[in-house]
Amino acid sequence: MTERGTTAPDPAPLLRAVQVGRHFGGVAAVDGVSIEVRVGEIHAVIGTNGAGKSTLINLLSGEIAPSAGQVFFAGHDVTRWPQPRRARAGLGRSYQRTTIFPEFSVVENCRLAAQARTPRPWRFWQRAAADRPSLEAAARALTAAGLGAEAGQRAGTLSHGAQRQLEIAMCLANAPLALLLDEPLAGMGGEETERMLDLLGALKDDHAILLVEHDMDAVFRVADRITVMVNGQVIASDVPDRIRADPLVREAYLGEPEVLP
Amino acid sequence: MASDALTEGPAADVGALPDIARREAGGWRVPAAAVLAIALLPLVVSPYGIDLVLRIAVYAIFALSLELLVGAAGLVSLGHAAFLGIGAYATVLGSGDSGGSVAWLLPLAVITAAAYALFAGALSLRTRGVYFIMVTLAFSQMAYFVLHDTQVGGGSDGIFLYVKPVLQFAGTTWLDLDDRLTLYYTVLGALVATYLFLSVLLDSRFGHALAGIRVNEQRMRAAGFSTYLYKLAAFVIAGALAGVAGFLLAAKDGAVNPELLSWHESGAVLLMLILGGIGSLRGAVIGAAAFVLLKELYQSQAIVGPLADHWQMTLGLTIIVFVAVLPRGLIGLGQRLRGKAP
Amino acid sequence: MDLATFLVQCLNAVQYGLLLFLVASGLTLIFGIMGVINLAHGSFYMLGAYLAFALAPLFGDWFVTRLAVGVLLAFAFGYLLEWVFFSFLYERDHLQQVLMTYALILVFEESRSLLVGNDVHGVAAPSWLAGGFELGGLMQYPWYRVFSSVACIVVALALYAVVNRTRLGMMIRAGASNRDMVRGLGVDIRLLYRIVFAGGVALAALAGMIAAPLSSVYPGMGGSVLIICFVVVVIGGIGSITGALVASLLVGFVDTFGKVFFAEWSGVGVYLLMAVVLVWRPEGLMKRGI
Repeated sequence: MTERGTTAPDPAPLLRAVQVGRHFGGVAAVDGVSIEVRVGEIHAVIGTNGAGKSTLINLLSGEIAPSAGQVFFAGHDVTRWPQPRRARAGLGRSYQRTTIFPEFSVVENCRLAAQARTPRPWRFWQRAAADRPSLEAAARALTAAGLGAEAGQRAGTLSHGAQRQLEIAMCLANAPLALLLDEPLAGMGGEETERMLDLLGALKDDHAILLVEHDMDAVFRVADRITVMVNGQVIASDVPDRIRADPLVREAYLGEPEVLP
Repeated sequence: MASDALTEGPAADVGALPDIARREAGGWRVPAAAVLAIALLPLVVSPYGIDLVLRIAVYAIFALSLELLVGAAGLVSLGHAAFLGIGAYATVLGSGDSGGSVAWLLPLAVITAAAYALFAGALSLRTRGVYFIMVTLAFSQMAYFVLHDTQVGGGSDGIFLYVKPVLQFAGTTWLDLDDRLTLYYTVLGALVATYLFLSVLLDSRFGHALAGIRVNEQRMRAAGFSTYLYKLAAFVIAGALAGVAGFLLAAKDGAVNPELLSWHESGAVLLMLILGGIGSLRGAVIGAAAFVLLKELYQSQAIVGPLADHWQMTLGLTIIVFVAVLPRGLIGLGQRLRGKAP
Repeated sequence: MDLATFLVQCLNAVQYGLLLFLVASGLTLIFGIMGVINLAHGSFYMLGAYLAFALAPLFGDWFVTRLAVGVLLAFAFGYLLEWVFFSFLYERDHLQQVLMTYALILVFEESRSLLVGNDVHGVAAPSWLAGGFELGGLMQYPWYRVFSSVACIVVALALYAVVNRTRLGMMIRAGASNRDMVRGLGVDIRLLYRIVFAGGVALAALAGMIAAPLSSVYPGMGGSVLIICFVVVVIGGIGSITGALVASLLVGFVDTFGKVFFAEWSGVGVYLLMAVVLVWRPEGLMKRGI
């Protein structure tokens, strides 16, 4: 683990995929992809539509099983582990389409997510709303995500940007070690994007973050490492400056000259 | 400190509860008044009235058991009658020719119903959505055929319960369910106990987790909940409670027949939930009352005359109109009339 | 069991399975394309059987004509029913669909009761299909059962041809996987739904008409067929016609041989089959797709 305040990433990767592949019928959505994410760094994955980014995130989070390859997390081989088990081990995930609970209050959204750590379902006489461990974890997560003031509001009434923040807060409520973020900036305006990028910058010291994003400006600003995918395969993986200059990457984005900043 | 502000006070209390456990109008006073009224009813009502209320109360327990599945967990089961029937049959078969004690017949009914719920649930929950609806129906049909075709139950005619269950202790008979009034207060007690139990359960961590699974199962899995196990637990508890209703039904009717497990019965209990309003314990009870009374009404020659013979038609048309116009049930109507947003 | 009896049971299994396929294919199409769960589908089967009974005195031995007329009537009925009732169900959630279609069953049953009463009726097979052919010296396999299987196979082939080789079929397949895209292509999706629904009703009714001489016409015949069809759709996969065919034949065999070997426990056989499939492949035997 790094000390607070330093930005040098941990040498050993917390999350590692080795030659993972996944095919549907005859089509290989992901093919021979290896990727590493370390604590203290933000590793972004970019690529054109259909490049396999969503499938890759699903393979890492455990929503689908790989057809080939392995996934390692926090020292365990989690290839055969289903998503809930990986989540309990500290692998958090946010979704591109917001998956909050709109009819519950903001604090209940986080509290419920945090409850997964200390579920104790059989003590049915104890009220969930009075459950100290999950309430405290929720309070911490909301403060970290900057949503403390909105705690009592119904989540569905939040602005789009605030809902995306809540999505992150719900991941944080479980005190995860690594975060898989699927387009966290989707649909956000300038100010909201700034707030989210600040949050990510603050989080990366203690977490390993994998980020799939389309907003190129944001990616090149905040990522420590960028992996580029085309047709299910990795064509480049390096620091942002070298990616910007990579001829293979430029070729992949041919026809979109404004894309790379 | 900021975290204290979030864990104390109103934010942690009112807004934090998922909708099904939200404080309903009048808090506990309305149900308490209703229970008192029902308890005093035998003083003023005829035996026919007592029987009617008994029937409503037993079906209310049945409906409450399904509310846990449909309202809380969001699992629409079209085979819930199987557990009612199995509980009833277990009671009758366990009583044999000489009757038995409530102390072991009631647990027997609950355990057999829960066991079948474990089997059916473990397999059904491997499916979702429409598949789940069809598979639960199929499992209830399986149980129906076992009891209808084979000699396990008495075949298509069913069996009689010759001696009603009793509760004897230290030489005295504390409960004799053959006595109508004793049965009445026992059923009322069971209804109150079921309502209270579910109320507490829905407020608990387990209950909140079920609500989360209903709203967004994906997010619950991403947070680390093994959602299959939660759903299975809800399915088994619902089955067990339906078994309680089955025990009481057998005691009330003195007989069981395979039609208790038919899909008409499963459809009827779903109907009770939507009549009352999904997502509300009170709704389940109100819906049961509404259904039983509606059926009585439509089958009564005295009130509807010649239409009584064709009550299926009137009932069918009523359902269609009701679901089309009032999909949130009577509770939803009540909320709208009181000016609250549904 | 000697060879002749075994052969007869196999033929019976196939014949029953093929009839089931007719009903189930309608159910799976309606569900796969419109997303509506329809408990009243068994009532259409019953409608067909009662149509056979009602049309018998009018057409006598002109059996194929009787079938054609019945199918047209059923198609028209289905068309009207979709327009007036079912089209309102598409936006509603599953629970409401279940209850509305359950209520529809009640209305149908009562209407049948009012129109033709509650008696059990027999329908005679046409005279040119009477009798049977020798099988193994002692057994006689009825010509009518052969006709039933052949008719079902013809319909299955026609269904395959329509779905895979016509424009209508292409729209159906497209509608099954992407409703909005089909709409965007300018296809009148409501007309498409109406035709698919009417087709499903016609298929179920045809099955009922063909089955009438075999299993007689009685109240409640819709209910038993419906639930078996649900099992077929679960095993075969929603929206898959090939799956429905494979599953129907499987169910046909399990049911027929179950009756021979397990007597009173045979009713359970089909559900045990479903349970086994659920353990092994919860999404059905075939992947989704026509």
